[in-house]
Amino acid sequence: MTTQLSLRDVDKFYGPIDQGVHAVRAISMQVPKGDIVALLGSSGCGKTSTLRMIAGFEAVSRGTIELAGRAVHMLPPVRRNVAMAFEGYSLYPTVNLRDNIAFALKAQRLPEAEVNRRVDHVAEMLEITDILDRFPASISGGQQQRASLARALVRDADLHLLDEPMGQLEPQLRTLLRGRIKHYIKERGLTAILVTHDQTEANALADRIAVMEGGVLQQYGTPGEIKDRPANLFTGTFVGEPPMNVFPAAVSLSGDRLTFDLTAGLNLTYPAEAFAPQVRQMVLARGQVVIGVRPYAVHRAPQGAPARVLANQWLGDQTHIAASFAGKSIVLVEHDRATCREGDEVAVEIRPQDLHVFDPETGRALSHGPELAA
Amino acid sequence: MDTVSPIERILRGIALTLICLFFMFPIVWIFLMSFQTNETILRVPPSVVFSPTLENYTALITGRLETQAGTLDINFMGNLWNSLFLSTTSVAVGLLLGVPAAYAFARLKFRGSEDIAFTLLSFRFAPPLLVLLPLTIYFQQLGLANTYGGLIWVYQLIVLPLILWIVRGYFEDIPADIEYAYRIAGHDFWSTFRRIALPLAGPGIAAAGLLSFIFAWNNFVFALVLASADKQPVTVGALAFVTASGIQYGQVAAGIVLSIAPTFALALYAQRYLVEGLSLGAVKG
Repeated sequence: MTTQLSLRDVDKFYGPIDQGVHAVRAISMQVPKGDIVALLGSSGCGKTSTLRMIAGFEAVSRGTIELAGRAVHMLPPVRRNVAMAFEGYSLYPTVNLRDNIAFALKAQRLPEAEVNRRVDHVAEMLEITDILDRFPASISGGQQQRASLARALVRDADLHLLDEPMGQLEPQLRTLLRGRIKHYIKERGLTAILVTHDQTEANALADRIAVMEGGVLQQYGTPGEIKDRPANLFTGTFVGEPPMNVFPAAVSLSGDRLTFDLTAGLNLTYPAEAFAPQVRQMVLARGQVVIGVRPYAVHRAPQGAPARVLANQWLGDQTHIAASFAGKSIVLVEHDRATCREGDEVAVEIRPQDLHVFDPETGRALSHGPELAA
Repeated sequence: MDTVSPIERILRGIALTLICLFFMFPIVWIFLMSFQTNETILRVPPSVVFSPTLENYTALITGRLETQAGTLDINFMGNLWNSLFLSTTSVAVGLLLGVPAAYAFARLKFRGSEDIAFTLLSFRFAPPLLVLLPLTIYFQQLGLANTYGGLIWVYQLIVLPLILWIVRGYFEDIPADIEYAYRIAGHDFWSTFRRIALPLAGPGIAAAGLLSFIFAWNNFVFALVLASADKQPVTVGALAFVTASGIQYGQVAAGIVLSIAPTFALALYAQRYLVEGLSLGAVKG
């Protein structure tokens, strides 16, 4: 597996270096050839800045970018051989969709039959065949977005950059096209970087997800790793819908019982042997930790801790129950329609193998369910 | 949908007629004057009934002005040509310099860019008299006084700020990503400017060009001071009709008709683009 794109200690300052706004902080990551990587983060987290540095629209303040074995961070965009779908579509207003999509292929002097074949193929994939003769101003935002995506995907570039490529599409179409786009990219062996704030999209499309916040790469891993082993509290609470429940806890051992004191008079008590010995020692040595548990891992069980229902929402395929718990609120996800109502007392159980333990000061993850439980 | 009452419509019609009369009357009156002799023009009371004559126009075109004091040579057609040459060349030079500058001000954020742009704009609201005297002295020393080159240079004070500020607004309205998309598809900076930025800002560039042409054409004071008879545009040349034996109103009127004809035609033809260009450019910034 060869590395197609490699960022090393890439910094971006808007304004003078070390004085301006530090938008991207020392990001290093490798993208294997043929992979789809999602840059996931909230607005202003530095994901678009990173993308634009890779494309060459923003200068790299420090660090290096290598693409297909060439150092490209000093090259103008035209010489980097990357394709990009823009968040604002940015179609050429003076030509129709077919010419928009074929533009780079024609500049490459491909034979006309080949150009048409490729344009028709990608247009069919994105369901814009019937509007290929239209001009950008006469079609809807969603159609423009698909045309912009087609214009990027149709090219043979070393890297495809997709900036929020499906933000304007309606949900059904988005789900349909997600699968098709992934298939198209994989079939052609393209390497792609996708910027998104939609985690469903990131999970569905990407081989790896890079979670960013505050200009820092928080975690870079497969969707499974990010979900099962969040590197820190930010990743843990940012990725996952609804977000992970977190509680600060004081840990103590009495006899053979390990107790997590969640304050507000609520304790979670487990048999000490339910935890792996080294995890037990570590949390006891620290005393104070933050524990996290995903909503779908919180279950109602008779022997559980008391909670009072605040809201019960049936979403059509799952129930979200919010309950007050240990002075805070906890969210449960159940797959059947729950009957509890606001004000009801319920008992919730959190199993050791579903716990994530974080350092309260740094937020760094200390241990995760599978290796935490004995 | 249309809820305008008949009374409102009538009132609006009257208002429009009054405004039209107010603005069109001088032009119509001048037009009528240009077909009369000095005697019929100056009779009291004035009348719109007269026997039209073409002698004013023939005098201008042949360049011989017959007055009671004798025959006078006037160079009106030369002035007209000067106006055309000076305005066209000034606008061409202004576009050549101003459009790339406007692009730079719109796209590149560099230290002092706003200050430079503002300084250029300030040329528009500084009274020309302020710079006229030093300018004349410098131009005489540099040998630029009474040359087309010198005049075109000074005319840049009029056309460049206009072009710069109108076109800049246009460039700012073009999303930068369209240019990025073009560049990333395998084109360099220069061809992106030529093939994407210029065509998309086309209406604005045209509007700025037309407007600055009209402003350059109407300029009087710079040309009066810095050019002698053979380089003077019509605005200054019309002074020749103030002769020893009185003001030749007929010829003045004919001269005005001939000199406003090009800009009048241009404005009528392009008014749609002018309004569009100016209002669109003004939306932002």
